[in-house]
Amino acid sequence: MSWKKALIPLASVPLIILLAYGFRTDPKAIPSPLVRQPAPGFRMAVYDAGELSLETLKGKPVVLNFWASWCYPACYEEAPLLESTWRKYEAQGLMVVGVDIQDKEANAREFMRRFDFTFPNGPDPGSKISIDYGVYGVPETFFIDRQGRITHKHVGALTPALMEAQVQAILKGN
Amino acid sequence: MISTLGGFVLFFALGVTLYAVAASVMGARAGREDWLASARNAVLAHFCLVTLAIFLLEYALITSDFSIRYVANTSTRGSLTRYKIAGLWGSLEGSILLWEWLQALFAALVVARYSDRHRHLMPYVQAVLQGISAFFLLLMTFGANPFAPLFPIPPDGRGLNPLLEVTDMLIHPLLLYLGYVGFSVPFAFAMAALITGRVSEEWLTITRRWTVVAWLFLTGGIFYGGWWSYRTLGWGGYWAWDPVENASFMPWLTGTAFIHSVMIQERKRMLKVWNLVLITLTFSLVIFGTFLTRSGILGSVHAFADGPVGVMFLAFLALVLFFSFGLVAYRADRLKGHGELDSIVSRESAFLLNNVVLVGICFTVFLGTIFPLLAEAIRGTKMSVGTPYFNRVSVPLGMALLLLMGIGPLIAWGRASLNNLKRNFLKPSLAALAGGAILAALGVRQAEVLAAFVFCFFVIGTIVFEFTVGTRTRAKTTGERFLTAFATLLLKSRRRYGGLIVHLGVVVAIIGIAVSSVYKVEREQTLKPGETLSVGPYAVRFDGLAAGERPTHILVWANLMAFKDGKPLHELTPGQRFYPNQQSPFASVDARYHWNEDLYVILSAFERDGSSATFKVLINPMISWIWIGGGVILLGVIVVVLPERRLALLAIRAKAQVA
Amino acid sequence: MRSQQAAWAGSPTGASGYRGGRRAILALAWALVWIGLVIPGVAPAASGSAKADAGPWNPELEEHVREIASGLRCVVCQNLSVADSPSDLAKEMRNLVRELVQQGKSREEIQAYFVSRYGEFVLLSPPKRGFNLLVWGLPFVAILAGAWGVYLVARRWTLRREEAEPAVDPVYAERVRRDLQEREGPVGS
Repeated sequence: MSWKKALIPLASVPLIILLAYGFRTDPKAIPSPLVRQPAPGFRMAVYDAGELSLETLKGKPVVLNFWASWCYPACYEEAPLLESTWRKYEAQGLMVVGVDIQDKEANAREFMRRFDFTFPNGPDPGSKISIDYGVYGVPETFFIDRQGRITHKHVGALTPALMEAQVQAILKGN
Repeated sequence: MISTLGGFVLFFALGVTLYAVAASVMGARAGREDWLASARNAVLAHFCLVTLAIFLLEYALITSDFSIRYVANTSTRGSLTRYKIAGLWGSLEGSILLWEWLQALFAALVVARYSDRHRHLMPYVQAVLQGISAFFLLLMTFGANPFAPLFPIPPDGRGLNPLLEVTDMLIHPLLLYLGYVGFSVPFAFAMAALITGRVSEEWLTITRRWTVVAWLFLTGGIFYGGWWSYRTLGWGGYWAWDPVENASFMPWLTGTAFIHSVMIQERKRMLKVWNLVLITLTFSLVIFGTFLTRSGILGSVHAFADGPVGVMFLAFLALVLFFSFGLVAYRADRLKGHGELDSIVSRESAFLLNNVVLVGICFTVFLGTIFPLLAEAIRGTKMSVGTPYFNRVSVPLGMALLLLMGIGPLIAWGRASLNNLKRNFLKPSLAALAGGAILAALGVRQAEVLAAFVFCFFVIGTIVFEFTVGTRTRAKTTGERFLTAFATLLLKSRRRYGGLIVHLGVVVAIIGIAVSSVYKVEREQTLKPGETLSVGPYAVRFDGLAAGERPTHILVWANLMAFKDGKPLHELTPGQRFYPNQQSPFASVDARYHWNEDLYVILSAFERDGSSATFKVLINPMISWIWIGGGVILLGVIVVVLPERRLALLAIRAKAQVA
Repeated sequence: MRSQQAAWAGSPTGASGYRGGRRAILALAWALVWIGLVIPGVAPAASGSAKADAGPWNPELEEHVREIASGLRCVVCQNLSVADSPSDLAKEMRNLVRELVQQGKSREEIQAYFVSRYGEFVLLSPPKRGFNLLVWGLPFVAILAGAWGVYLVARRWTLRREEAEPAVDPVYAERVRRDLQEREGPVGS
């Protein structure tokens, strides 16, 4: 067989390589265009605590978490970590804010009671905030630095190591 | 117990299969008839073993033997027996076993049928078919063992995905698999032809009927899948250009091209390479599609779990591509066709163009399906290629195909004289234009719909023309009555007239697709009990919510009364199903299906106190024509493939009744 | 699955494992629904989840909204558009699109907004620029090339035939005769 003929079967090599490359990608991981961009502003009615807007938090690093009481088990796994981070770093100026998505108020309150949430949480009627942050699943967490820029987005339950590293990063920058 | 036994049976079957491959090839090379006979026996033994494996797994499924992981994954104690049975193809491992069983069945049928014929080709046909089987058995032995044990044994299984617990689940996958496996037979013959160098028309003539039957199953599977999706998935559509749908559509396109282009080779002995390439592409696309859906590299509705299976499929795909295209290259010298044409304006050219368009559409679907992967590899961004893209690109191509569908069957072989063109196409063209003008006068303004209709009328015109001219000529020359002449015509050249009926079915389906997608009306509204929502001539009154326990789930439904032009029409009860193992509810659609218009209602949300509910109401005009078209296609294919003798008998009986 | 919220992270379908207490959960769910339906007022009526339109029905507006929404990917579904998906998030997105349209935003502005939030991924139809031109152009290039190829091949074959022998090959003549017979009944009988 001449080398020219060998080209016929070899033409499929690029395709095989491309498909093999597919194993290295995760079809579910969609990078957010918001990372390294200014965090979109929002106003939210906080459960039992009036109103909160991102504007008023200027200069503070923020951990913005999207959750729901029906999001089991991921939201239940990370909830204690959110609360403990808040208690640990509140004195250093860190804000933890929870946005409750597509939930019933009673269920949400039960969730907050269960994990003894003391940081501000509020509902997101019409999912406006969620869409503005490009949220496609719960839980998702955004880390916002003192300049109001999003430094990192995490999808799925947070781990203590990741939380610690990201919080340190946004605490440092000023 | 069953776990060990099942695993052993599969392993043993793998050994037998590999033996069959070796004995076939060596027997053929050494000219040892006894080895070949032994290989044939091995093919049959292999079929028996895989059948035994199927029985073992079904037994485990029916008796809820949760010591087998697969059983625990796909059924619960409470499942209905028919869904326990269907659990066989409800998940990855079982579906591979079913596929392998069909593969074994087809191999056994081929061997049984041709054991004493085609002595040169058969050993290699067996080898290729058994080679494919060996892959599936390897897959089950090392990657996806349906008999894998589970410990500790759970008290109950997890059950099928609720969406699969519908009667259609019993049919749709079977049809698709039959189609996929069916194409492996012409592929195996094509490979055998290349290996032996007997690249004449022999392999084509043998596999003609196999190909048409495989095509029928694949077509049936695709239509049935659309129908299933429409009635149960609850979004009002039937086709979403999902990777798995594309995976079944691509081999369908190349398979359709193949069915057409073999006609040229049979008549003119041209296009040898092209036909080999088409059947190879078809089989490769089957494997490619299965790879896509089993590897999880593209997010898809039907994506099964990943694992080593994806890698093994990719390796097999590479092997198939290298092996088959390598053979084509190796035999290139013998494949030099002596292509000769009388004229460019001829049926040959029309068929060639039809092939270009079909393969072009296939290329488009392929490109659109893997483009997100390509974009990620090259640009590093995630992107989507979805329905708007596919519709936009495939509609003009589909139109071209439609036009060729009208021209192809009537234009003369060899050289089409002006006279031939005028005689065959003048009337249909005029009828199509007249039809288009009438529709425009009736207020159809969308250019795409008008064009689609004009082309459809044209194709229908040519088909009607062909049938009437043929019947009239026959009636005149033989003195038969018109109906008798029609029937004999149909029976005498079944391939031709059956094919035209298939075309008619395609046109009917295209009309349904065009009208239902352009003239679909939908409205979503929240209603309190007693309130009414109106869409077009219809009104839907919400009479309240109800709930009830079903064997596997809780059903919440709304009682609705549908009216048309103020008159009561039909009661509708759309609902939502709540499964204990599933987080979000599943839609339970209700609709009034009618031949010219479906009223389709989805319960999209409700308040738990029954104070209000949100409904999405769709009017889908002529969507039934798609399914009717599918039925007509089935009819046409039956005319094509029914054995002569059976038909002759029917004809005699009919004549006797008339007399 | 297509219509369901399969992609919500932490979806419990896989995580919950084998349900020994399946009956219990079923009964619980059953009780919840039943209490809510039979005894009005017990279940909280407040709901964050989407309600459809409240205002008067405006077919042109809805058609426009639908057109825009059908070009956006429902991010929690598999291959469904925001227009078709029954999921809650898609409903909210439809409402947002409607609001933006009512504010006078153009189709392009609305698309740009969604892209700035979700990335190009959210567009079901790749924008026709740069690298994406490949996916739009290649199919037509391929078909035109194919048609051109058919023309060249057909012309070569036609020429070859004319060179070879103008006389009709007897085998072929027989075939033609049979074709005619097939089409029009016995010839010359």
